[in-house]
Amino acid sequence: MNHESAMSETSPNSLSQRSSVPEKSAAAGEGLRSDYIKICNFDFFYGTKQALFDISMDIPEREVTAFIGPSGCGKSTLLRNLNRMNDLIDGVRHEGDVIVNGQSIYDPHIEVISLRKRIGMVFQKSNPFPKSIYENIVYPLRVAGQNKKSVLDETVERSLKGAALWEEAKDRLHDSALGLSGGQMQRLCIARAIANRPEILLMDEPCSALDPIATAKVEELIHSLKKDFTIVIVTHNMQQATRCSQRTAFFYLGKLIEFDVTTKVFGNPSQKQTEDYITGRFG
Amino acid sequence: MHATQKDDSLTRTHAAAGEPFVWLTAMGLTLGLLMVVGLLGIILANGIPVFWPKKVYEVTLKAGVKNPVPGGGESFAGELVQTRTKRIPVLTATGEVEDDQTELQYFVGNKDVYGINFVFVSRVDVAKLSLPKDIYAIERMEYGDAFVYPVDLALADGTKIEAPGNPSFSSRFADAVKTSNTLRDEIGHIEKIQIGRINSKINDLKVKRGESQDAAAQIVQLEAEYEELAAKARTLRQEQQAAKFTFRAPNGTTKTQPVSEVVGFYQPNTLTLLQKSGIFFRNIWNFLSEEPREANTEGGIFPAIFGTFVMTLLMSIAVVPFGVLAAIYMREYAKQGLLVRSVRIAVNNLAGVPSIVFGVFGLGFFVYFVGGGLDRWLFSDYLPTPTFGTGGILWAALTLALMTVPVVIVATEEAISAVPRGMKEGSLACGASKWQTIQRIVLPASVPGILTGLILAMARGAGEVAPLMLVGVVKLAPSLPIDGEFPFVHLERKFMHLGFHIYDLGFQSPDSEGAKPMVFATTLLLIVLVVLLNITAILIRERLRKKFATGAF
Repeated sequence: MNHESAMSETSPNSLSQRSSVPEKSAAAGEGLRSDYIKICNFDFFYGTKQALFDISMDIPEREVTAFIGPSGCGKSTLLRNLNRMNDLIDGVRHEGDVIVNGQSIYDPHIEVISLRKRIGMVFQKSNPFPKSIYENIVYPLRVAGQNKKSVLDETVERSLKGAALWEEAKDRLHDSALGLSGGQMQRLCIARAIANRPEILLMDEPCSALDPIATAKVEELIHSLKKDFTIVIVTHNMQQATRCSQRTAFFYLGKLIEFDVTTKVFGNPSQKQTEDYITGRFG
Repeated sequence: MHATQKDDSLTRTHAAAGEPFVWLTAMGLTLGLLMVVGLLGIILANGIPVFWPKKVYEVTLKAGVKNPVPGGGESFAGELVQTRTKRIPVLTATGEVEDDQTELQYFVGNKDVYGINFVFVSRVDVAKLSLPKDIYAIERMEYGDAFVYPVDLALADGTKIEAPGNPSFSSRFADAVKTSNTLRDEIGHIEKIQIGRINSKINDLKVKRGESQDAAAQIVQLEAEYEELAAKARTLRQEQQAAKFTFRAPNGTTKTQPVSEVVGFYQPNTLTLLQKSGIFFRNIWNFLSEEPREANTEGGIFPAIFGTFVMTLLMSIAVVPFGVLAAIYMREYAKQGLLVRSVRIAVNNLAGVPSIVFGVFGLGFFVYFVGGGLDRWLFSDYLPTPTFGTGGILWAALTLALMTVPVVIVATEEAISAVPRGMKEGSLACGASKWQTIQRIVLPASVPGILTGLILAMARGAGEVAPLMLVGVVKLAPSLPIDGEFPFVHLERKFMHLGFHIYDLGFQSPDSEGAKPMVFATTLLLIVLVVLLNITAILIRERLRKKFATGAF
């Protein structure tokens, strides 16, 4: 209800501090959590139509996890549930739970806004705001009440460098973001998503609208980002999944068919449906 | 056989390609354009000539024809207004036949002398038309224009200048008129502004007399000031009226009038094109900048222009926040269901309610209820004289805002729903709240759409007359809604409006024939004002559209 005050009290990592789950101390040390995002028996419904069936999986910290599967298999729906983007749709409901770093995202004490600040998202279609490049990147900070110029300047440089856009954009920071090329716009959206230092980065087919060169750049970027962020990427492109992910989850008709190390999923899948899909027999 | 088949297929293709429908739609557009062009053409053709100086003819009638101008002998002088054909039954040897007869209408002026302004004569009765060079067309404070032959000019210092055969007469006369006009402005300033200010102070003090001891003393002092100013004005007026002008009307009547009665003059039959243009633009300027005279049929319409402008502006200020907030709630927050659907239908239907109904509502709610309440609460000292409890520009603007709010709501809703979903999601994914998203992303991107709504609202509001007649428009407002007197913006004042002015001129004026050209000129101005307001809004919208162009979607 009062987002502003809720936001100022809730610094990005205060949730993990607040949580009293014992695994937390293990994560704080040298070892990274293997169940950073824990999805437990998750069902999801659009009205009466069930889109996800009993999904359970653990997504490890600071790795790239790819969701693959044919269109309509629910991979995007699951991804959009991780930052509760699906709440915006009328008539949806869920069963089961999603636990991020030890705390349920559906915890009534969690402000959905602070959740989204911890979980950045990049969309299939790049969606820069009709503002300058600079204002696009500082948008997450501005809505969080940060208006200090030094902080904003520093963020713009860090994010653009992080998104490998600094060299191309540093001379035109105050030009409209809509003058960028398609690939640059998508990298700008990545820069915006990482501007407020989220813990998790969700990418919903980030390269589907890009040409091969821009795709290569974004993939390189994913590589370099994984040391700081836990990345979940939805992709239709199986080569992309093999190239940039450590783990791959294969979905089919709303069910999680197989989830394992990427090399295993693509090299020696345990399920027949996975094999059919990755060898191109359907989908 | 073969050929018929071919023809068949040809017609079929035409029909199938929908060409008759293309023609039909093109016809619809042509009809629309023709109507617009025709409307503007008629208004321009009737409105513009009002300002163009016309020649004054001396019409000599055939012997035995009755002169329509009283006491006119066999000739009269006037401007040709129109030529029309009249069918008159004529008895001949073979029986009754109809004969077409051309009739000429002349504006003869000199209403104080003749008692009439317009005359008709048959063309067959006219013996001779001439253009006397020495005739003057004089614009006066009262009784309208006069077409006269000057006789002499008696200045205040006793100098007498004879007119006939004196080439310097017109320049001397012009000087005298200029002096008188300067004095008139000065008197106007004293009477309207200085004395008006003292009057309002005295009124305020009279109301508070019970509370304060020295109010009475102050009133006495102010009344002394008032007397002083009034005396000054009287002196100036005497000075202004000292110079006398004697003229002879074409019917032979000689009359002497103070020069102060004369506003301007020209010699209509000796003007060059350049001089005519000069008079044309001076007339337009006077029309735009002066206050009306003679029951609104003479002088300018500045108060009406200003009133319309201020009211439209006030209406825009009221209607935009009201409409935008309602639209945001309906589109972004309200749960889309039966209730919202019915509210939306109700709002759309509100746009179809006859405007007079809004006028009645405005009178009952704004004027009597809100205004009356305000009077009892804040201005009880002035009662029973109402301050806000009577029609005023604020109530008129609010009534029109209420009338036009559906337009803004509909336009805003459309603009908001046209903002790409991806952009809203992007903002929410950045951790923005719903309100922040609306405020920072949705609203800026919908501003062009909101302005479209405002443009439509202004176009409707500025031209509306019926509801205004109930909530504050008057035939003649003594003062403007915004002036130099504290607190500068007087929202409670009654005001003049171009639309009402047109109605008043055309249907309420004692001399509706004489006012007809003014009706068209005023209509032209109303159109120009609405177009100007709209163009301003369109320019702002285009600038914003460029700024928020969302090429990526």
